Amino acid sequence: MQLVCPAGNLPALQAAIDAGADAVYAGFRDQTNARAFPGLNFSDDELRDGIAYAHQRGRQVYLALNTYPDSARLPQWYAAVDKAAEFGCDAIIAAEMAVLDYATRTHPALKRHLSVQGSATTAPALRYAHERFGISRAVLPRVLSIQQVERLCEGSPVPLEVFAFGSLCIMVEGRCQLSSYVTGASPNRHGVCSPASFVRWEEHDDGRRSVRLNQVLMDRFEPREPAGYPTVCKGRFEVGGEIFHALEEPTSLNTLELLPRLAQAGVAALKIEGRQRGAAYVGSVTRTWRDALDRYRASPQDWAAQPRWQSALSKHAEGHQTTLGPYHRSWH
Amino acid sequence: MNTMKLSLGPLQYFWPREHTLAFYREAADWPLDIIYLGETVCSKRRELGTRDWIALAAELARSGKQVVLSSLALIEAESELGVLQRLVDHGDCWIEANDLSAVQLCRERGVPFVAGPTLNVYNHHALAMLMDDGLRRWVPGVEQGHVLLRELREAMRAEQREMPELEVIAFGRLPLAFSARCFTARALDVAKDQCGFRCIDYPDGMPLATREGRPFLRINGIQIQGEEITDLGPELPQLRELGVDVLRLYPQAEGMAEMVAHYHLARRSPVAPPRVGARNGYWHGEPGMRAPETT
Repeated sequence: MQLVCPAGNLPALQAAIDAGADAVYAGFRDQTNARAFPGLNFSDDELRDGIAYAHQRGRQVYLALNTYPDSARLPQWYAAVDKAAEFGCDAIIAAEMAVLDYATRTHPALKRHLSVQGSATTAPALRYAHERFGISRAVLPRVLSIQQVERLCEGSPVPLEVFAFGSLCIMVEGRCQLSSYVTGASPNRHGVCSPASFVRWEEHDDGRRSVRLNQVLMDRFEPREPAGYPTVCKGRFEVGGEIFHALEEPTSLNTLELLPRLAQAGVAALKIEGRQRGAAYVGSVTRTWRDALDRYRASPQDWAAQPRWQSALSKHAEGHQTTLGPYHRSWH
Repeated sequence: MNTMKLSLGPLQYFWPREHTLAFYREAADWPLDIIYLGETVCSKRRELGTRDWIALAAELARSGKQVVLSSLALIEAESELGVLQRLVDHGDCWIEANDLSAVQLCRERGVPFVAGPTLNVYNHHALAMLMDDGLRRWVPGVEQGHVLLRELREAMRAEQREMPELEVIAFGRLPLAFSARCFTARALDVAKDQCGFRCIDYPDGMPLATREGRPFLRINGIQIQGEEITDLGPELPQLRELGVDVLRLYPQAEGMAEMVAHYHLARRSPVAPPRVGARNGYWHGEPGMRAPETT
């Protein structure tokens, strides 16, 4: 299985490659990708440098172009596809039909991966993307159980990539409007979720803190209580008279213990989330997964998830908690 | 003046069988042009099975309405694909395709389809491709407002493509997100696999409020909706001018007959009706929800 790691900037890209990533994914510094955060992503020159760095070491660079342009902005996405081809990216990761179709027609030799944002969860959906856009790989949304992933591997027309570790979107990717409902800023259209410009922290006299997203209260914290980033899906709300994390707790996905099953199912690549994280995160998480994958390859029979791997990963998890998420039925 | 059609969107909630059948028996007499039938949220909801929905479709078609069979927004299990295949194979009705699986099955069988609001069509090129696949009508996603629709229409015209029928969500709670997780089960502290179908106790979903008591969202099984029941009545002149062909009204547990009557009157009047629900910010290029009162 290939290890695909996030690169929010050139130092992170280099950290991922140095730590053993088989491929990294990156985006341009605009709304053509789903991590359009201030201070993140690549200029043209940085991307060229990053591709050279990876290719010199026999690794790959994928370009995330996984947002949904409206008609007026299509030329900007098309230009980004052109640049991906010109710079020698090994693949683009895209979700939107016009973008995929343009790439298919204009740069047939540039590989196309269906992004997680494309929300393809079944064999027919994957068939559509394969027949229409000739995709060579698809990234599965984080909604399927391990049994469903195994079954889909059998029926898919293309190799599959699944999320292995990182922040957990609990809604079907590409179809979540919670951020735009509150802020107007949308993952699909603007490449952002609950952007920091809408977040307001309030310190109270008693040491408690509140956090609002565009004035809507997402949570309150006791003094010294750890506070996570206020995406709507990780807030505490009142339902039926009780206050709790009604949608999900601050937690990260960690599928390390499923590694043998994913490998046996024929999953082609494991994806690490976190282009918004720094080089330290990327290096440490990549090294851990590299080690785990190498040991599995060397000796699949007696592989077991090692505690030191788990503790290294937990340090980088949201709220220092991890979950098997949708892979495990009890999460549902 | 072109009179816009009225559609009844698919029932998003889970109601008891008799309640659901009685609702649609009444709806047969309402001044609706189109009725969408079927389960779009959770395949475990089986007060009406696939056979029941298909029988109901035949019955309602006899009342002169166009019936469209709606598909699940999120398909995970083989059994769910099997249901979708049966809806497509049924052949008498168009399908509301709410994910790519439905598009592909319709395309493979040559069945006309409506692109539902969770299909992610944001530009004219994607729309034109789907029309080649068999799309006949398009319901834009909830976050798409009048500017995007106008630009898309102009882009279609520039490429000399006909627009398909355009259907806009005029009334109801907006479907905002779907998950593998059942949030109703989570709120009631039961496992999804042993949920006891408790969402049947919440015919308009389960209210979720902020910690300062502001109503915010509705939990509806694996779906999250906005709390506000949006209403584009006052924007009807603008919708008409934009060439919107169909107004979609989503079923709510109470007062649907009156709401259909309200829109029926409004669609034939040159004067916009007063607002009876919440303003839909998305339509105006703003956050979907109403701006909070500043405190």
